[in-house]
Amino acid sequence: MDSTITLTVDGERRELTVDTRTTLLDALRDRLGVYAPKKGCDHGQCGSCTVLMEDRRVLACLSLAVAHDGARVTTAAGLGDGDELHPVAGAFLDEDAFQCGYCTPGQICSAVGMLSEVASGWLSHVTEDPEGPVEATDAEIRERMSGNLCRCGAYPHIVAAIRRAAP
Amino acid sequence: MIGTEGSGAVGAPMERIEGRAKVTGTAPYAYEHDFPDPLHVHPVLSTVPRGRVRSVDVSAAQGLTGVRATLTAPDVAGTVGAEDREFAVLQDGEVFFRGQIVAAVVADTPEIARQAATLVRVDYEVDDHEVELPPARRELYRPEEVNTGAEADTARGDADAVLADSTVRIDRTYRTPREYNNPMEPHCSIAVWETDPERLVLYDSTQGVHVVRRTLAEVLGLDAERIRVISPHVGGGFGSKGSPHAHNVLVVLAARALPGRAVKLALTRRQMFSLVGYRPNTIQRIRIGAEEDGRIGALVHDVVETSSLAKEYAEQSGVCSRMMYTARARRTTHRLAALDVPIPFWMRAPGEAPGMFALETAMDELAYACGLDPIELRLRNEPGRDPESGLPWSGRHLARCLRQGAERFGWDTRPELPRGHRDGDWWVGTGVASAVYPRLTLPGSEAEIVLERDGSHTVSIGAADIGTGTWTALTQIAADALGCGPDRVRLRIGDSRLPTASVAGGSSGISSWGSAVVAAARAFRDAHGDRPAPGARSRAETPENPEREEYAMYSFGSQFAEVRVNADTGEVRVPRILGVFSAGRIINPRTARSQLTGGMVMGLSMALHEEGVVDPRFGHVVNGDLAGYHVAANADVGRVEAEWLDEVDPHVNALGAAGVGEIGIVGTAAAIANAAFHATGVRVRDLPLTPDRFLG
Amino acid sequence: MNPFTYARPGGAGEAVEAVTADPGACFLAGGTNLVDHLKLGVASPTALVDVRGAVDDTIEESPDGGVRIGAGVTNSDLAAHPVIRRSYPVLSSALLAGASGQLRNMATTGGNLLQRTRCVYFQDVTTPCNKREPGSGCSALEGHGRDNAVLGTSEQCVATHPSDMAVGLLVLDAVVVVLGPSGERRVPLADLHRLPGAEPERDTVLERGELITAVELPAPLAEGRGAYRKVRDRASYAFALVSVAALVHVRGDRITEARIALGGVAHAPWRARRTEAALEGRPLTEAGLRVAAEAELARARPGKDNAFKVPLAVNTCTAVLRDLTGVGS
Repeated sequence: MDSTITLTVDGERRELTVDTRTTLLDALRDRLGVYAPKKGCDHGQCGSCTVLMEDRRVLACLSLAVAHDGARVTTAAGLGDGDELHPVAGAFLDEDAFQCGYCTPGQICSAVGMLSEVASGWLSHVTEDPEGPVEATDAEIRERMSGNLCRCGAYPHIVAAIRRAAP
Repeated sequence: MIGTEGSGAVGAPMERIEGRAKVTGTAPYAYEHDFPDPLHVHPVLSTVPRGRVRSVDVSAAQGLTGVRATLTAPDVAGTVGAEDREFAVLQDGEVFFRGQIVAAVVADTPEIARQAATLVRVDYEVDDHEVELPPARRELYRPEEVNTGAEADTARGDADAVLADSTVRIDRTYRTPREYNNPMEPHCSIAVWETDPERLVLYDSTQGVHVVRRTLAEVLGLDAERIRVISPHVGGGFGSKGSPHAHNVLVVLAARALPGRAVKLALTRRQMFSLVGYRPNTIQRIRIGAEEDGRIGALVHDVVETSSLAKEYAEQSGVCSRMMYTARARRTTHRLAALDVPIPFWMRAPGEAPGMFALETAMDELAYACGLDPIELRLRNEPGRDPESGLPWSGRHLARCLRQGAERFGWDTRPELPRGHRDGDWWVGTGVASAVYPRLTLPGSEAEIVLERDGSHTVSIGAADIGTGTWTALTQIAADALGCGPDRVRLRIGDSRLPTASVAGGSSGISSWGSAVVAAARAFRDAHGDRPAPGARSRAETPENPEREEYAMYSFGSQFAEVRVNADTGEVRVPRILGVFSAGRIINPRTARSQLTGGMVMGLSMALHEEGVVDPRFGHVVNGDLAGYHVAANADVGRVEAEWLDEVDPHVNALGAAGVGEIGIVGTAAAIANAAFHATGVRVRDLPLTPDRFLG
Repeated sequence: MNPFTYARPGGAGEAVEAVTADPGACFLAGGTNLVDHLKLGVASPTALVDVRGAVDDTIEESPDGGVRIGAGVTNSDLAAHPVIRRSYPVLSSALLAGASGQLRNMATTGGNLLQRTRCVYFQDVTTPCNKREPGSGCSALEGHGRDNAVLGTSEQCVATHPSDMAVGLLVLDAVVVVLGPSGERRVPLADLHRLPGAEPERDTVLERGELITAVELPAPLAEGRGAYRKVRDRASYAFALVSVAALVHVRGDRITEARIALGGVAHAPWRARRTEAALEGRPLTEAGLRVAAEAELARARPGKDNAFKVPLAVNTCTAVLRDLTGVGS
């Protein structure tokens, strides 16, 4: 069953027709040719498909496209300012925080979303003092980034990159 | 030797050439090449582990709007070569394992293809099956050879007699489970079949475009020149993309059924658990006879492991025991059980990864039995020459790795006895293990260099970058070999139209392809002198290295781990691992560090988490997804440090360099298990080290 | 995945009507479990009724000192809410122990309660499962049983409930507000999830068409101290082997009130009433805490792969109580 929806993807308004079954991930990849979000597991178990929806990090593979008609979606391809890399993407490059690069766009979107969660004072499972200020320490970054698997094992460099990019 | 000339690119921490594309998500992986209205193929997998397909009913699937074709054995039988059961897709009805391709559907969209696949009804004649190791009803057998072509069994001296005479004896059995590569990018392909003349273009996620082309040419009975395989970026492989698998044949069959149309295939994560290989489970018995001073007299390593009845794969788990330590008597054996299971294949450091878990845990047990520091035990058993071949080492620097690691890690402050350090609710311990990996160079690579009008050099070789840093490292090697800056080199890889390259496997890439690039640069200079004209062109192959017959060539390393085990819950944490490696010259310290630490992280994952759980009733791995099959997440990984000796191997190749893709995973699991023993006094000989192992 | 229609009703009543009227319809909220099930073939609805926007997604303090949580509140908003952090930290901790940052941004309060077991056989349509296909048999009973339940199991099902949030809510005596075809009713959370018995296909007591619209928390336990401790195979992003939510009120050397719940051990979040009874009013000793924890697990009936959950639950429960009461430190 087809349905026509509108998405704003990386600042561009796109109208598209999708099957009600089409996930946001498949809508981006198969319908719009936006391949920055990756399909690693398709079941919410790896984080490769992470995008920002209205500035919050979510999994595109578990979102039905039809349920997000009108949404504003930002992928790793749309984070930067023209040719200028987003600071988190730049830090990933500097720290060699990736190898095969497949989980990387999801890691970067996740990191951007995570840093704004930290800035909003959200706690995590490892926050030691719930009354104190919330900071992007290594332990906090590790916990908060655990929804993004990296089989190349770039975690130590990912943590270093996010630490470097954290305000 | 290069590196003394040119721009000094080799050895510099150059940023990844494709890095910008990767951090913005714009580097195209196999699935991500655009075609107008591509079709999508979705396989139907067998739900019985052994038997025959009696009939396939595709009528409901064909009735679905948007379905373009169904593929079943009667339709396509006889169209591909059937000698290799892995590639004999839909050639007959035989079912060799649960999860084998028994039909497929091609449709306009992935949603329709997937739905249609669920509508295909398959009727089976079911046979008895056996999937567990050791098998109850099936004989073990000795393979002709193990992976890499080494002998299955070796023996020197009377190991049993020396064992019997030894003062200290270790006799232990270690088990490693089925482990799955799980690269983040599932295996994907796009195939376009053109007729008149017949031609195949395949975008593939592979560690070797030429391997795929050669294999498909054989299977399809098609001239290799009519096949083009393209693979510029690969989302990890760790061995599983070192050969084509059944899905590659399937996508070609689908494309051939619908010529002129691009057909896309993306395996699901679950499908990968039966179709693209895995590290077979092993049972390894190790016996060591030593004197009280720790000197080993006899070493026996007997391996029993899973293979598939569909196709043999013999993991070389015991070969490390042929060369690691001294022993005047020694025996190693490999026995396989050919089971009704999916076909095992390469996974990062096949052989060494499971084998060194067993050997290095046994060495730790021997150290305690002798009352010796585990580092001292290893130093006392350093062989002057390769015990297997009798050849001198091209460079054996294990002792330096151990000593340097001990110093950097703070080894001397550890309590001697296990269960000697408690920090709050946590037992704390440290452990060590050795690492080893052969310095391989594969034959059959060729590079071409062309001088362009703008003065830059196009360097072409059909190599692969699976995250290893090939794009960058080969550019650096070419720059130095040509005596220009890396910005004057334009590298082309990942296309079978380029000169032939060997597979990205066995940590051989930098040696095999790098040597070809160096040889081509030399040929270019020889042919065209100091002032080559635009269009000047030279090709050369990886040269043969006569020194391979004169030296035993291995990389070595030491792995150190700190482990904390919760006294109440048994949770295991690894706050710190350190590896010190001897791997010849390092071409790019930035990407090499990533490979080494990444290998160590995968070793940590192997130690703590990874286990494909087989249900013997159904015959498949029941935790076949990334929620059930755990790989390490970010929070599992603490400080991970890799360093290396300043070293050039003058014998291994013109670069003095060896690859570092695999050695990082070798020994890590043993170091962690040894540290967990040191923390708790609980010896775990079966991976993984889950919390329940430490309750009690 | 079979085709389905998609509708987005304007209110909860309309949503309930839509699902009640169509036997093939089901509610969609955050989608983190349902979309997974659509792909696996575990669920095959012909119509999805999207309730985001139809149910309340705000958190309001109630006059009795408690809190009313709209069923549409996401897990991350709930965990971050100042009132929850201040007055119900055990709930905040439980939420943050679950899933990942991305999933918590999507998953809703109502959906979290109604998520289904992660039993590998339930999720694999090629194997028998009484919960997915009543009468087909339980593959987990004699199969891979590491994650199976140890308390309240039946011959038909040994699945566990995967929610962390629900375990935290259970010690807060939460009440679930349900809107159904015949109006609104309140169900204590302790009564929401069923034990499998002979009908493992029914996770909860909810009837067809009933929609969770809110969760109500009574006023927090005065001077109570709470904690949520989760033990899992990975350090993060994994379901619980065992988890413990505890809320205690200590006066002098005695626990005057104890509320303990266990996760990962049963078909429902499990209130450890026997542990509570063994703690209340007794002098505090570490041995006493352990005896109390053992009182609940004495009824455990583990299978071949999950016997470890019994000592693990006892140890974890004892450790949590030890930390909360300061006994033995």
